[in-house]
Formats: sequence, C-alpha cells, structure tokens
Amino acid sequence: MTKTRNLYLIPYIAWMLLFVATPIILIVYDSFFDVEGHFTWGNFQKFLTPVYLRMTFNSFWYAFLITLFSLLVAYPTAYWLRRTKHKQLWLLLIIVPSWINLLLKTYAFIGLFGTYGFVNSFLDWVGIGTQQILFTDFSFVFVSVYIFIPFMILPIYNSLEEINPSLLYASRDLGASPWMTFRRVVFPLTLGGVKAGCQAVFIPALSLFMITRLIAGNRVVTLGTAIEQHFLVTQDWGMGSAIAVLLIIVMAVIMIATGNRGARNTIR
Amino acid sequence: MKQLVRLFIAVFIVAGGLMYFTSYLNSSEGYSGSNTLTIYNWGDYVDPELIAEFEKESGLKVIYQTFDSNEAMMTKISQGGTTFDISIPSEYAIEKMKEDNLLLPIDHSKIPNLANIDSRFLDLSFDPDNEYSIPYFWGTVGIIYNSDLLGGKTFKSWNDLWSPDLRNQILLVDGAREVIGFGLNSLHYSLNDTNEDHLQEAKRKLGTLTPNVKAIVGDEIKMLLAQEEAAVGVVWSGDAAEIMGENDKLDYVIPEEGSNVWFDNMVIPKTARNIEGAHKFINFMLDPEHAAQNAEYVGYATPNAKARELLPEEISQDERFYPKEELTNKLEVYENLGKKMLSHYNELFLEFKMHRK
Amino acid sequence: MSKNNKLSQLYLVVVFLVLYAPILYLMYYSFNSAGTMHGFEGFTLEWYDEVFHDTRLLIIVLNTVVIALFSSAISTILGVVGALAIDRVRRSKPRNALLAMNNVLIVSPDVIIGASFLIFFTMIGIKLGFVSVLLSHIAFSVPIVVLMVLPKLQEMSPTLLDAARDLGASGWGVVTKVVIPFIRPGIFAGFFMALTYSLDDFAVTFFVTGNGFSTLSVEIYSRARHGISPSINALSTLIFLFTMILVVGYYFLTRRGNRRPEWGVQQP
Repeated sequence: MTKTRNLYLIPYIAWMLLFVATPIILIVYDSFFDVEGHFTWGNFQKFLTPVYLRMTFNSFWYAFLITLFSLLVAYPTAYWLRRTKHKQLWLLLIIVPSWINLLLKTYAFIGLFGTYGFVNSFLDWVGIGTQQILFTDFSFVFVSVYIFIPFMILPIYNSLEEINPSLLYASRDLGASPWMTFRRVVFPLTLGGVKAGCQAVFIPALSLFMITRLIAGNRVVTLGTAIEQHFLVTQDWGMGSAIAVLLIIVMAVIMIATGNRGARNTIR
Repeated sequence: MKQLVRLFIAVFIVAGGLMYFTSYLNSSEGYSGSNTLTIYNWGDYVDPELIAEFEKESGLKVIYQTFDSNEAMMTKISQGGTTFDISIPSEYAIEKMKEDNLLLPIDHSKIPNLANIDSRFLDLSFDPDNEYSIPYFWGTVGIIYNSDLLGGKTFKSWNDLWSPDLRNQILLVDGAREVIGFGLNSLHYSLNDTNEDHLQEAKRKLGTLTPNVKAIVGDEIKMLLAQEEAAVGVVWSGDAAEIMGENDKLDYVIPEEGSNVWFDNMVIPKTARNIEGAHKFINFMLDPEHAAQNAEYVGYATPNAKARELLPEEISQDERFYPKEELTNKLEVYENLGKKMLSHYNELFLEFKMHRK
Repeated sequence: MSKNNKLSQLYLVVVFLVLYAPILYLMYYSFNSAGTMHGFEGFTLEWYDEVFHDTRLLIIVLNTVVIALFSSAISTILGVVGALAIDRVRRSKPRNALLAMNNVLIVSPDVIIGASFLIFFTMIGIKLGFVSVLLSHIAFSVPIVVLMVLPKLQEMSPTLLDAARDLGASGWGVVTKVVIPFIRPGIFAGFFMALTYSLDDFAVTFFVTGNGFSTLSVEIYSRARHGISPSINALSTLIFLFTMILVVGYYFLTRRGNRRPEWGVQQP
C-alpha cells in the first residue's frame, strides 16, 4: 500500500511543483513591489482601505448568490434528467452550449436582454411592460449561473446515479412519502456531489471578470475585475498580485474548513 | 477500462490527424518559410485585400497575429519569445515602449511615402521627429447622442452630460484617462492635470454624474448605442463613425471645452526579425491609394493628406471626424504622467465605479 | 405520478430552452444581410461564403480543436492519477494542503495565470506557440479533473477494495479492474469539463501563444474592438451543428452497437 501511494504522488507532485508552485511564487514575489519596482508592504495596506474591503465583500456575496442559484437550478435538472430516456445524451447536451465562445454568447445575452430585445418584447406582450434587465444584479447573476451550471449539474448527476435503487424501494416499502425519501435518503447520499459542484462554482465565481463589465456594466466590481484591471490596464502587477495572494489565502482557508467536514462525511 | 482506453486512443489519433492536416495547410499557404513578416495588430484593423496585395508585391508571406489591448500587447513584446515585425499601438503606449526600450528606430530614408502624411500629425510630443512611429489612424473623444430619443436635444459641451433629464441614459467607455479626462475638461482643466485639488474636484463632479450613468462598458458600447439601449455615449471617434454607419439617427460632437486626440501608429518592436520587410510594409501602407482603401475599410480618419484627397467628399469633408484646425488646437494628446500618477488616476476611476447610488 | 412527470418534463424543457437561447440567437443573426446582431434585414449566405474562403480562420479553428482534445485527454490522465494520489493520503492536514494547492489555479484569475506562465516559459526557454499553449491548458485543466474524480473515489466503500484484494487482485489489478470502472462517470465529467475550459479559454492562451499560433477565442476577442463580423457567427453556427451531429450520431451508433454508450455511467 505504501509503495503504490508514493508512485501515484510522483507525477502529480511534479506537475504541481512546475505549474502551481511556480506561479504562486511569482505572484507572491510580485505582490511586494510597487509600480516603480521598489519593495513595499503598501499593496497589502491598500487592500485594507474601504474601497477594496467593500469589493471583497461584493465578490463573496455575488459568488454566494451564484452558487446558491446554480444549486437550486441544477439539482432538479440533474434529478429529473436521470429519469429521462437517453439520459446520457441529454447530459452531454447540457455541456455542449458551453463549447461556444463565451464572448459571443454574452453578446447574444446583451441582445436578448436589451431594451428592445427579445425578453422585453415578450414582457411587453404579456403586459408586464419593458423593464431594465441589462446592467442589473439580476442579469449578472443570471448569466453567471448560465456559465457555471454544467459544473454543478455533472457532479450532482453522477452522485445521483450512484444511489442504489434498492435503498429507494426499501424506503418506500417502509412507508416513507416520496418527499421523505428524498429528504432522508436521496439528498444526504448526494452531498458529496453537491459539495464538489459548489466548489467548482464558488471558487471560480470569486474571480469572475469580463461579464461584470459586459452584463453588469461595471455596476458590480469584483476582485477579479480589479485584478484584471491592475494587470492589463494600470500595469500595477504588484497590487494585482497582492489581491490574488489574499484571494488564494481565503480560498485555502475555505477548503480547509469545509475539507474537515468532508472527511467526517466519508467516515460515516 | 478497455472502452476508456479505446476512447482515449481515439482522441489522440483524431487530434494527431488534425494536427498533421493543420501543418499541411500551413505549409501550403507558405507560412512555414523564413520569408515572412509578422504583423501584430488589433483584430480586423487592416483591409485583408491590402495584405494580399502586399504579399504579391513584396514576395513576403504575412502572418497576422492579434491582440485586444495595448497593455497586453506590451507585456507580450517585453517578454519576448516570439517574433513580431510590425505592431500598431496607441500613442501613450508608444511613450511607454520607448521608455522600456521595446522599439527599434525607423529609417526614414526607406519610407519615401512619409511625405504624404499631413504635417499636423508629425513630430508630436509622444515621439519627436517620428523616430519610432508612423501615424496609422487618428481620432478624438467626444459625445455621441441620439436626438430622436431625447426629444431633439443636442450637445455641445461636456457639461451637457450633467443635465437632469438624462437620468440613466449615458454609457461611458471603460477608460480611466477618458473619464477622469472629461471630468477635468468639464471644469476647464487640462486632461493631463496632475494637481491633486483639481483631480479631487473632478472626482467629486463625476460623482454627481452617477445618476445619469447607465453603465461603464468596453467595445460593446458600439452595439449598445446602435441598438438604442441608451441615448448618449462618451466614445472614441472611430467607434462613433462605426455606430453612425449602423444607425443614422446618432450624431457625434467634439465638446467645446476641448478633448483628447489619439493616434494609432505603426512601430517596429524590438522582437522584429524582418526589419527590411517591416519598412517595406510601412511604406506600402502610406501609399495614398492603399491608405485611402484602408481608411474606407476600417472607417477611421487617416492622417495621410494625399489619401484623404482620394476619399469620397462626404467622408473627407466631414468636420466631425476631420475637425478644422481651430478645433484641433484645443485637443490634447495624453501625456505620459508617470506610473505613480497613472495609478492614481486608476484609483480615482475605481472609486468612481464603486460610487453607486 | 403522471402530473409530477409532466412538471419535470416542463422544467427540463425550460432549462434546455434557456441553455440554447443565446446560441439560437447567434445562429439567427448569422443569416442577417445587415451584418449586425440586431435588426434583421434580409436572408443571406454571404457570411458562410466568407468563412469557407478564409484559410487563416480554418487553421485557427483546427488549432483550437487539436489543443482542446490533446489537453483534455492528457489532463484527464494526470488528474485521475492526482485524485488517486490525494485519496490515498489519509491524514487530514497534508490532504487538505494538497487540495488547497490543487485549487489555486481554479481560483487565480486567468490573467494572472497567463502572465505568470508567460514569465515562466520565457524563463526556461520554451518557444511560445503550440507547446506552451498545450502545457498551460493541461495545467489549468488538471485541477478541475481532480475535483470531479475525487468525490467518486471517496464514495467507494473500502470493503470493495478489501474484497478485491482478498480475491487476490494485485495493486495494479485493483486499480484497473475495480477503481477505474467505479470512478468512470467522474473521469468523463472531468474530461468534458477540461474540454470546456480549453475551448473557452482566452486570457491564458493569449499570453502564452506566439509565432503565428492562435486559437479561436484569441481571434474573437481581438476582433471585439472593431466589431465582431457575422462571419464569426456563421463559423460558430457551423461548429455548433458539427458538434451536435457528432455527439448525437456517436451516441446512437455506440448505443446500437453494445447498448452501452462510451460516456456517462455504467449500467449495473
């Protein structure tokens, strides 16, 4: 057992050293320099100003909303998808849209959500009247959920598939209502998939950019946007790296915190 | 397991086959030879027919690579590792690239067509004597507006943007220099002002504009204005020309307080291999007929005086895009304010973005 | 029960409609003679003609596909090995540290990864182009594969492994005969997610590409400044239809062959 363990770790650790450790070291190194190339702690001090703290709060709040809504949409989708004929085909068709370029799809959303767009024509026709959809929190969360949804559906679907059908029969035979079966048997058994999905959505959602500008019109400014700006516009790589370092630390803390709970789950 | 292995083998075979096919296509197109010229430019920023013509005339094969921002382009050039013979940055980028020694001097004796360029656009502060750069296109920053949506309202100054009836009607371009710049301009300060009091005053004034601002966006501003998503926009003149081409209800004005004038210029980066070919290409593009054809394709204002004569009159006499000299004297080029000041501008702009009702 | 069925079907229809709405929008405007993404003027095939005459664009598309296939296949293999390695680390501290390391690349914004890879590749002297793009795509795809595979490994009951070992299976035999078939859905999920990441990536590719090599995302983004021409819409439509035919056709072919498609879950 010990021998094989070491064998698997070798390629993985080698890869990590090359492509994970090196960028981290470069980022940490950069974060201690100001625009003129002098050593400084100033970047981290600047992070503690109200502007950046509010931005951090925003990022977490939106990432949370995005994850929550992705989960709310993805779980029933996965649950019902599993019971259709040709379920594997449908599952694959969930992923296919994400192979079309994101910028193009975002442009399409601008067209759909615009004042004279399809959605507003529909609302008008129904009698609700034209609303401003573009550049609102709603459109931002909607499009983000759209982008991340396959990352949530896949793991949940897989964990649902794992459930032994005899468990469900047993539960029914013992007189549990369908809702009871779901709450007491199905949902707890899919927690692993839910957790993987939440991680795969929450973590990248923290550093979203581009659609904060395209869909939210810079009304939402997240840490990802700030980093993007510092790297590509201001060319203040130091400040950009400092934000990234803090983001990585926060992420590690989250992982370790939720990781322990995960470990307890596997023991169950 | 067996199926899994089979699938992966299939993936590798398909990918390998496609790769072979790509290299076949590349070589049949002549891209693999050493007789090439690599142009690093914005996407779709030169008439492809001209490239084909240049290839025929010079016998060189052109490789066209693209970037989406000046800053990203500079990062690529300064890191090296790849060849670019020609690039087309904006003027403020040229100042920075000069400072960082990223450019090669241009030999004017190899570019006789330089004489075609309007002397107003030569020897400018960002590159004295055009040692490193040759103007490609130029333009201004101004206000584009849709009178139809605003009951016939017209604009002539930056301060018109603060009008209370424009609530939630303005789209701004996502650029710190542009937005802080028109804030300063509206107070009759220079858009290169570095006086802290003036900057704070401009920031406060911009803060009062927020109720009118619908969004701060990038290139998609053209699509949004053409679709009448908002009635007013602060845009570059090149974008304005494109929007008006799509929707003729819009009009463009250079505000009377003054504004920015910008230039995109051809340069030879230090990563160049084919320096001879690069000079040939610059000279080719400065030929009046080629420059006029390119200006019609791209839709921006050409600094080439001879080429302008060849353009249809409704383009070449349009004062919105080829303003008269009295007005051009009021326009300012962005000066290099130094990294510290630039980062301060960006902080102010960030605070403006975060300043929400 | 049937009412419930109707409801679930309606729900799935809505989800699929939303998923495909922006793509249908793009496809619709690829036939617009006005050449814009709003205000349909008349039907034209002009943009398709343009695509077929643009060899440069074709080369770019092929590059994109080659990179996507290679990088997702290699990163799936690496990711599975990585997940096996992490799974075998039983103590929670090193395990969580490994997991956190794994997620660094997911949380770091693309621009930062791109910029640090660029510095890294030029530092060690790898020529920018196909190889550098492939390596970086593998690098950012491995973590997502690990995230997709790991939960499956955790769900596996230790008794299964013990049973296999008791029956005399060697370490390698256990992995190929028991573990891999069990985690197959996770492997496929990882593969398709990696494919998605690779096809959609712009920021990282932009930084590490060079010497004439380009991918579709880079090309599309750089065209944004001067307006994206409908020939890109036409191209996306063609790619989309091609993928659909491939996916659906392959599904039914393999289904008829052995009644068990290559992806998704193995029927018990």
